[in-house]
Amino acid sequence: MDFVVSALDYLLGVPILGWGSQVGFLYKALLLLVALLIFTAYILLADRKIWAAVQARRGPNVVGPFGLLQSFADLLKFVVKEPIIPAGSNKVVFLLAPLVTATLALSAYAVIPFDKGWALADINVGVLYIFAISSLGVYGIIMGGWASNSKYAFLGALRSAAQMVSYEVSIGLVILTVLLCVGSLNLTDIVTAQQSGGIATMLGVPWLSVLNWFWLPLFPMFVVFYISALAETNRPPFDLPEGESELVAGYMVEYGSTPYLLFMLGEYIAIILMCAMTTILFLGGWAPPIALPPFTWVPGVVWFALKLCLVFFMFAMAKAIVPRYRYDQLMRIGWKVFLPISLLMVVVVAFVLQLTGWGFHGGLS
Amino acid sequence: MTLPLFFFFVFSFIAIASALMVIASRNPVHSVLFLILTFVNAAGLFMLAGAEFLALILIVVYVGAVAVLFLFVTMMLDVDFVQLKQGVLQYAPVGVVVGIIFLLELLMVAASFVVAPELAAKAAVAMPEGVENTRAIGQLLYTRYVFVFQGAAAVLLVAMIGAIVLTLRHKSNVKRQDVFRQTGRKRSEGVELKKVKSGQGV
Repeated sequence: MDFVVSALDYLLGVPILGWGSQVGFLYKALLLLVALLIFTAYILLADRKIWAAVQARRGPNVVGPFGLLQSFADLLKFVVKEPIIPAGSNKVVFLLAPLVTATLALSAYAVIPFDKGWALADINVGVLYIFAISSLGVYGIIMGGWASNSKYAFLGALRSAAQMVSYEVSIGLVILTVLLCVGSLNLTDIVTAQQSGGIATMLGVPWLSVLNWFWLPLFPMFVVFYISALAETNRPPFDLPEGESELVAGYMVEYGSTPYLLFMLGEYIAIILMCAMTTILFLGGWAPPIALPPFTWVPGVVWFALKLCLVFFMFAMAKAIVPRYRYDQLMRIGWKVFLPISLLMVVVVAFVLQLTGWGFHGGLS
Repeated sequence: MTLPLFFFFVFSFIAIASALMVIASRNPVHSVLFLILTFVNAAGLFMLAGAEFLALILIVVYVGAVAVLFLFVTMMLDVDFVQLKQGVLQYAPVGVVVGIIFLLELLMVAASFVVAPELAAKAAVAMPEGVENTRAIGQLLYTRYVFVFQGAAAVLLVAMIGAIVLTLRHKSNVKRQDVFRQTGRKRSEGVELKKVKSGQGV
């Protein structure tokens, strides 16, 4: 029974009153979960508000001041509705699918470093973990589409699976170029590698750390990652799996109330995860853009949240401005444009690092 | 019992149970879903053994790509279950033979560790101390086994090209879209301004 005690200490420990030796993991995880869900609620509202502003509408403005409580009203509405399970559906898989989507989307946040040392699990294969979790995300969609026993849902699921598998390839290669520059799969290492060295140091202005971040030297990869992230999370202009003008709502067409809410939540949390990944890989994570006193006083987690919101603003603007792609053009971009470009960039970056001695390994020696 | 041992039992129990369900469940889609559960639990076992790189690569490659294709095919196949059940006994002897051979091989590997524990230390390359296993695998693959590794990659490339060649068909009567020609078109090529007299048309 020794392991029960150590497990309880790890999960529920409080370092006072002789209750344990460390702050319990459960409390940290719960804090992160609550903060993340509240953040998601306001990101959802921001998405609708930005979309409305571009179209010269007001957006949600009735519940609470400026509609600030709209997401919570939606939550309440979804939860108290009656869940409807289609008669011909595969009931277990039908209910499992939204759970899988939401749980996987949330579990990826275990390794995200929000500030120096603020990752729940600072594992040394963090990037690979996130890549693995996001490649599992496709199962929630396929299971939902198949179990609904409906043509629209099934077609939406097929489209979505093909799309996510295609764009994962280019996302993987983009991550590879960043890893070549860093030399580690740890997310904290990726952020710290962007703080020292780089273009600002070469120009003789080491305090201007915004130029040190990887978005500048790897700019083509930054663009490829941004567009692939839109496609990977089924965001407009690549929202063909939902395509309301042709498939009604794609794989979600048979869902209602809480199961639908879980799908929606999982989708938005995956979108925020992609914004966080862009922040970590290309925008310097928690580092301030200018490493001088008034900026360095601000806590790192604030910078992280600000950068995340900036990336999400770009996601939201793409939704508002760009018309939806045709499916064959989507596949053409993924396989015939992004894959060759990112494959070529992996080779080019490896050559440049090896010949110049930049990066972690010091080049030819 | 320690915590890792507890998790070892949890993962291996679920892995074995879901592996049994892969062959026991009546619906082929359920079979594939149980297969995915088996993969994920095998990844958990890898993780417990300290091979975190292999664990996550297993999930990325097998669960994220290969099993998705399995699921695609089984969902879209129109399987006749009655006909499927009739043919089972016909293939049973072959399955039993393959199973017995595989079991014996596994027993031999496992028994070698029990009979001669010093053999494990004589592995071709020992795990270096203080190096994370991602780096260790990379160094081994690209130095000692570089030709074997590149050879395997070349075989896969040839297989891929073969599959493409077998399925590629050039139809002459199909209109194709050339996106670069479309987007590179200028206004002067596409628009012509004409003076039209009223009541006469073009």
